[in-house]
Amino acid sequence: MLPIPVKSDKSNGTRGRSRRRLAARTKAMAGVAGVAALALTAAACGSSGSSSGNQTGTTGKAGGTYTILANSAFGVADPAQNYTLEEWQLLIDTHDGLVQFKRVGGSAGTQIVPDLATSIPTPTDGGKTYLFHVRKGIKFSNGQVMKPSDFVRTFERQFTVPGPTSFYSGIVGANKCSSKGCDLTKGVVADDKAYTLTIHLTAADPEFLDKLALPFAYVVPGNTSFKLTGNSVPPGTGPYKWVSYNPNSQAVLDRNKFFHVWSADAQPAGYPDKIIEKYGQTISDEVTAVQNGQADEVFDGDVIPADRLSELNGAQYAKQVHVNALTADWYFALNTKTKPFNNVKARQAINYAADRNAYVKIGGGPSLAVPTCQILPPNFPGYKPYCPYTAGGGTTKWTGPDIAKAKALVKASGTAGMKVVVNATTDETGKALAAQMVSDLNKIGYKASTQLLNGSIQYPYIQNSNNASKWNVAYSAWYQDYPAPSDFLNVLLGCGSIHAHSDASPNIAEFCDPSIQSQMTKAETMGVTNPAGANNIWAQVDHAVTDQAPWVDMFNPKQIDFLSKRVHGYQWNPQWYILIDQQWLK
Amino acid sequence: MAIALTESAEPPAQAPGLPPEISGRSPWALAGRRLWRNRVAMSALVLFLLIIVVCLAAPLYAHDIANVNPFVNNLNGTTIIDGHKVPLMQQGGGILKLGETPLGPTWHISNYFLGADQQGRDVFARVLYGGRSSLEIGVGSAVICCVIATIIALIAGYFGGLVDAILSRVMDVIWAFPVYLLAISISTVLLTESSGLSIGPLHLVATSLWLPTIIIAFIYLPYVYRPIRGHVLSVSEKEFVQAGIAQGASDLRLIFSDILPNVVSVVIVLLPLMIATTILTESALSFLSIGVQPPNASWGTIISDGQDLLYTRPWVAIAPGIMIVLTVLALNVLGDGVRDALDPRAKLRVEG
Repeated sequence: MLPIPVKSDKSNGTRGRSRRRLAARTKAMAGVAGVAALALTAAACGSSGSSSGNQTGTTGKAGGTYTILANSAFGVADPAQNYTLEEWQLLIDTHDGLVQFKRVGGSAGTQIVPDLATSIPTPTDGGKTYLFHVRKGIKFSNGQVMKPSDFVRTFERQFTVPGPTSFYSGIVGANKCSSKGCDLTKGVVADDKAYTLTIHLTAADPEFLDKLALPFAYVVPGNTSFKLTGNSVPPGTGPYKWVSYNPNSQAVLDRNKFFHVWSADAQPAGYPDKIIEKYGQTISDEVTAVQNGQADEVFDGDVIPADRLSELNGAQYAKQVHVNALTADWYFALNTKTKPFNNVKARQAINYAADRNAYVKIGGGPSLAVPTCQILPPNFPGYKPYCPYTAGGGTTKWTGPDIAKAKALVKASGTAGMKVVVNATTDETGKALAAQMVSDLNKIGYKASTQLLNGSIQYPYIQNSNNASKWNVAYSAWYQDYPAPSDFLNVLLGCGSIHAHSDASPNIAEFCDPSIQSQMTKAETMGVTNPAGANNIWAQVDHAVTDQAPWVDMFNPKQIDFLSKRVHGYQWNPQWYILIDQQWLK
Repeated sequence: MAIALTESAEPPAQAPGLPPEISGRSPWALAGRRLWRNRVAMSALVLFLLIIVVCLAAPLYAHDIANVNPFVNNLNGTTIIDGHKVPLMQQGGGILKLGETPLGPTWHISNYFLGADQQGRDVFARVLYGGRSSLEIGVGSAVICCVIATIIALIAGYFGGLVDAILSRVMDVIWAFPVYLLAISISTVLLTESSGLSIGPLHLVATSLWLPTIIIAFIYLPYVYRPIRGHVLSVSEKEFVQAGIAQGASDLRLIFSDILPNVVSVVIVLLPLMIATTILTESALSFLSIGVQPPNASWGTIISDGQDLLYTRPWVAIAPGIMIVLTVLALNVLGDGVRDALDPRAKLRVEG
């Protein structure tokens, strides 16, 4: 459970699909726990529905330089603070945590495996204590030996830097930490002789292992500064080390000569000798460079412009293009605090009227977006198909808008003729989505207009309750942090995710239903001991929230990856997307 | 033109045997005649008027010829081409079927002449409507800017001293900001205010064309103010103004009857050039999404829409681009012609 907002990314998606910027937003977040972080990783459980197929199961030859092109850099590089997929994709190759998502493609990639810990501990003390046995004989890339006590500093830095999330605020002693100082010696107890690390939580957290698998918790040397390290990344234990990072030009990763494989599941050796990520080109130019073999990858947070897609449909690129479903939602939040959408009938009405086919077209067409009505995305824990807002009377699949029913609901709600402001971003996608929403609203008797804001301010703007009186419908998107239903339902629609007057209040709709909230709390508690039972409750919560219609859910997006001809061994991990170092060059 | 026509009127009849009466020609009449004779400038004027007429006819085209509503999404729409029903948004081909591409130009004037944009809207109809917005804002802001700048310049230049110092420093402050930076800052602030902007009894919502008009007029104030103030300063020192002062003429009379007519030529020279500049600025701001707001269109917003379609549907960006080039070119050539006509130093060249 995340008491403070996390993520969601908003980029200026050209075609609009993904708003993920996955880069360069960290600066803005400095100092504010949980300010709109970025979109993170995607898809959970499975769904590596690559229409072009994953190339797995073969092995390749080490060597060569793998070049990634990214439109922009990822901001400050300090792993305690950076919250972008862009750096995370590199950090997983240079750093390790106690545990890790299994480094494979497909649904197995969401499984938690031990990394620097020798095994996954079973929590004791009612889920509040974790005892990790730490591997011996592992060195940082600077030659320093990794010890359990290094983790203490790693977690303390989360609060002194500070990190953009409150993922670790449940550790004992964390409540007294601030940017001025932090002492977690009671919450994170290291024994460098026995090589154990004990973590004490203030309350059981079913998602704690997921959180430990994120790069914030990747170990750095115990003598790392408590202050932000800026663009210099502290040494890690992975197969690569950071040689340099300049946000204006490039990041360079080279082999870490102190690395040896201790768990191929968690941290296998990489194939390329060097990984370079270059910044500054337009995405269209990146596509051209990869087409010409001048680079190996269009960074998969960069949304390939719509008018380059027709080229990629060509048969010659069939083996270079990969499409995967993401566990993400593109939605319009309805302001449940003001008229007309404080009325559930009005909210249901626009859900019936929304032409999800049109939104899918804006999202790149049926091959890149799948219409949805519910909160949880497909292939996610707790997902059971549900769509009450469709023509034809079905309840699982959206087939078309039902304008007659929508109009009847508007009439019953007594909100006909009201003014509605649709807030969205100024990029092409935001504009198109807003225009379509205006058209859908006008069809059922509202007087809708748009309010477009720059992508960098729109997300904080709509979260802040100070602005709640200025909009009625707001476009947003959410990509999972890790595969847990609460990451959607509780973070985005829980009563505890409403933070008045804050730019970091991810429950944009300000939706709070006490009975649904008690179900969520029940599911979270049950999750510690009975994940399957908890998922059943989450499914009920998902459907109950969908019935209350705090959102107009538009679609679940898909991800396109475009690689050069010489890249082999592509694997798509639901958590990290492309596994960069697991590909080889031929 | 009116001046030129007066100029060519028949001379009054005179008694036979007497030498032809030499009729005095006002400077305005001379200027009008010089302009009338400048074929390049007149061609530019005709082109500009033509663009205005075509753009004003936008509703006529959209409703009666193309039968489209260029302000509403039409993503699921279709049209008939050569007897076949064609979707306005076409899904990509190949194995992956990635993306949706809008219909390209049909080159049939009544049926998506320039194709559709990403939202399935008729591009040609939008270019015409966009022209209305661009011209309204361009002309409106240039006129407002010139009028206000002239008034301030007259006050500053005539009264001089402290008044001049204060007004000029205020203008300097505006001038100190780069034009686009200032425009972007003001637009961002005003556009996020969903309740709009209130200036006295005037209330502007974010989608109002008046908002970019006022912003653009404001940022160019010092650029017009400076040259006019210079002229006012020099005219204020002339003997006839001194004579007026000696005769006890009021300040208002001196400013509006003696000084203004002598500086108005500068304003007239500046006006077409300012319109060209403001149209460009409007396009730039709209391109950056902080000028004209949806559902309204302007040439800048259409280029912005088209930049993502440059590879597959280049006409979406090229068409408004051509319109901007033609309009700005026409205005600049016309502006040069007006300057040649009004600037006494250019007299010999023009008449020769």
